Amino acid sequence: MLKKEGEIRIPSGCAISGIIDRTGRQSINGRTIVDSIAVMHDRSNGLGGGFAGYGIYPDYADSYAFHVFYDDLKARQETERYLDRYFDVVNMSRIPVRPNRNVVDAPLIWRYFVNPLFNRIQEDEGEIDEKKFIVETVFYVNTYIDGAYIFSSGKNMGIFKGVGFPEDIGDFYKLEDYDAYCWTAHGRYPTNTPGWWGGCHPFALLDHSIVHNGEISSYDANRRYIEMFDYKCNLLTDTEVITYIIDYLKRKKGFEYEDIAKIIAAPFWEEIDHMSEKEARKMKLLRNTYSSLLITGPFSIICGFDHGLMALNDRLKLRSMVAGEKDDVVYIASEEAAIRRVCPDIDGIWAPRGGEPIIVHASKEAM
Amino acid sequence: MIIDATNKYYKQLNEEIKHTQTHDITVKNVLGQRYIGTGVKDKKMTVYGTPGNAMGAYLDNIDIEVFGNVQDAVGDTMNDGHIVVHGKAGDTLGYAMRGGSIYVKGDAGYRVGIHMKAYQDKQPVIVVGGCVGSFLGEYQAGGTILVLGLGSQDSSPIGNYCGTGMHGGNMYIRSAVKPEFLPPQVSIELCDSKDMAVIQPLIDQFCEYFDIKEDILRDKPYYHIFPNADNPYKSLYTSY
Repeated sequence: MLKKEGEIRIPSGCAISGIIDRTGRQSINGRTIVDSIAVMHDRSNGLGGGFAGYGIYPDYADSYAFHVFYDDLKARQETERYLDRYFDVVNMSRIPVRPNRNVVDAPLIWRYFVNPLFNRIQEDEGEIDEKKFIVETVFYVNTYIDGAYIFSSGKNMGIFKGVGFPEDIGDFYKLEDYDAYCWTAHGRYPTNTPGWWGGCHPFALLDHSIVHNGEISSYDANRRYIEMFDYKCNLLTDTEVITYIIDYLKRKKGFEYEDIAKIIAAPFWEEIDHMSEKEARKMKLLRNTYSSLLITGPFSIICGFDHGLMALNDRLKLRSMVAGEKDDVVYIASEEAAIRRVCPDIDGIWAPRGGEPIIVHASKEAM
Repeated sequence: MIIDATNKYYKQLNEEIKHTQTHDITVKNVLGQRYIGTGVKDKKMTVYGTPGNAMGAYLDNIDIEVFGNVQDAVGDTMNDGHIVVHGKAGDTLGYAMRGGSIYVKGDAGYRVGIHMKAYQDKQPVIVVGGCVGSFLGEYQAGGTILVLGLGSQDSSPIGNYCGTGMHGGNMYIRSAVKPEFLPPQVSIELCDSKDMAVIQPLIDQFCEYFDIKEDILRDKPYYHIFPNADNPYKSLYTSY
């Protein structure tokens, strides 16, 4: 009989890895990120692995790419009916996969490149913001269509994830067929929830994706706050709420990533006491205004976004994270070995301090 | 004996190391394999590459010299032996260490030497050539930690909350400025000649291991961090 949470302990920790080419060229093959995360095999337990690739769909760069898990044909038909009403579906297909003996019980996995039909939407909803409409579509399908789950919804990017070790999931999705300017990856040890395909990392909304090693003790406080702004935390896991917090602070409030880092991994009050008056005033304002978005507990995350990524540790640095750079490519991982596997002669590996973000932007004028 | 670690899973690699007959072992191309040196007896190991987490955990009377950086939890609960790292170290270096020595040429991460302890002839030593992160020597109960701060220039080479919960042992910091953010249960003083006599052998050993001229370690003052009472937690839970 399957043991429930609390009845079994599998000693392990998550692994994360991220690689980004500052020039914005799609120079990083999917095989590279798989090789990197595979070195940290023992940080995972085979109950979740996943990848986010940015710049992988240059032919459909202006369409939203929906990746969807379906439990059955009925869920697919219902979802497609809904999509057909509001979107011009430019291309739809099953996501190509190859059988892997360690990857079992896969759902039906489909991909749609879609453009919103504004006249239809306006007819039904009045004037509407495009990104807001995409978010509402994702929440509608995930909440109300039984057995359907949109797990990727950005432009020119895509999530590939499932239950298994990350190297097996990468093989399953044939990631060697994709080239990106940025990849992030995750190997999972589920802490409080059972491993299922939708619950694997990365979590994504629009072009934001999050991979996360750790466990957030402020989850419920964060969830209660973010649900006031129409986000639905229906997966009951902590990483989902980080995704929504970053989407909220960036898309709705217009913060830069530097400030987002200071909100979710805020400096301690005694550190603020030692800051210059100007900086201290700003930090106090952020801490007081967004006290409910302070994330406590151990975490190291990599947040991917359109032409960039941010890596961040909790302020006590309770999870490891190192970074390095060579020839315009920046590498970030839970362990140095994961970087050296794909860039053996890298110099100057460093460890960011707790709460100190690494923010890397990729050029939008790629050759 | 030379062992090539390329593409070997940590269990296989550590079995090979364990069953090697020679006293001196060189392990090449290490990449992320965990627990190197754990459970091995009476060897001298030279390691090339990037050893994985918990290298030298529970180490007992083994010498390990690493040419490369090491990751997290090196020397976790080690009992005896010597670890020399010609590079940097990750977090929780020497966690709960109870004997032997660890010398790191470069920087080390957060929580160096936390829960370190000593008893009679078991007097553990950690020497870090560069800078360290926060929580250095947290809950330290014994032993000696020396941070030389090479590369720290005009700032303190240690992070915040150094020595939180410390109730035994000694820390010595070479620093241009007096380290800040110390908790109430520790005191900090400039090292006097007695303190310097204690750490001079460690400085000599550091310079020997890494072929460094001692002159460059004389330009800044050394600070001594120690618990400010013999038993600061004596009356924490009981009133006698």
